[in-house]
Amino acid sequence: MIRVTRKLEFSAAHYYHNPNFSAEENRRIFGKCNNPHGHGHNYVLEVTVAGDPDPATGMVLDLKELKDILQREVSDRMDHRHLNYEVPELAGKIPTCENIAAVIWRLLEPKITTGKLDRVRLYESPDLFADCTADSNGSGT
Amino acid sequence: MNRPLKLSLTRRYHFAASHRLHSPAFSPEENLRLYGKCSNPYGHGHNYVVDVTIGGPVDAETGMVANLGELDPFVEREVVEAFDHKFLNEEVAEFRSAVPTTENVCREIFRRLKHFPSARLERVRIEETSKNSFEFTGESAGVEQRKP
Ligand SMILES: [Zn+2]
Repeated sequence: MIRVTRKLEFSAAHYYHNPNFSAEENRRIFGKCNNPHGHGHNYVLEVTVAGDPDPATGMVLDLKELKDILQREVSDRMDHRHLNYEVPELAGKIPTCENIAAVIWRLLEPKITTGKLDRVRLYESPDLFADCTADSNGSGT
Repeated sequence: MNRPLKLSLTRRYHFAASHRLHSPAFSPEENLRLYGKCSNPYGHGHNYVVDVTIGGPVDAETGMVANLGELDPFVEREVVEAFDHKFLNEEVAEFRSAVPTTENVCREIFRRLKHFPSARLERVRIEETSKNSFEFTGESAGVEQRKP
């Protein structure tokens, strides 16, 4: 099996706020990410697809096709958007790295028909990333 | 039907420290042969990069595997304060009896962070330099070690 990884960058705004928490709890739990004016990141997304290379083409999948899928499913939805207000898939969710990575997984998985989606890694900054994979033990989220 | 997903969060920390690779179990010649310039008695140092991976369910209320408001001060206290700008051989008690190779530093950091109360520690990965990295997930490889 070969794993192929494609990288993509997008910039977006967000803030963390849970209406079930009091203003004080929101500040304590989310810290400066709770600032209602929002803030933004240059997200770096790494999408890994696993599979065996096609004997005729020598490729697991056509990277151009993957690039187009990422453009449609991720960039068009999230780049230069406010994640709290403009991405319906994130409605009602706190737009943390973990939740965004899981949403991206759900968007990409049905679109990737050659090879299998193996991992979604989303960097919010060079010092922080979330990994989303399929849970083989079925004990996840 | 949606397959269940597994999420983890990796946070990067930094510390700078000196060490010397030298074992009293070996002769001076053996130490030199085994550890080369890393056995220089005055020690040398690195800018260590530590990637700490936390796994587990995403809390539905916070959207988080681990809250950095808890993880950062925990790692700061357990590792960064104890290791940063220190001579590991002398100033970290565990390395008075173990050679502070980055393998052992990796295991020691894992041991210290394993008790993170709010989520499960999955992996500690250390870059000793940009060319060498070491990972520990708490498991033993279960293979016989070759004698040096
Ligand atoms: Zn943010």
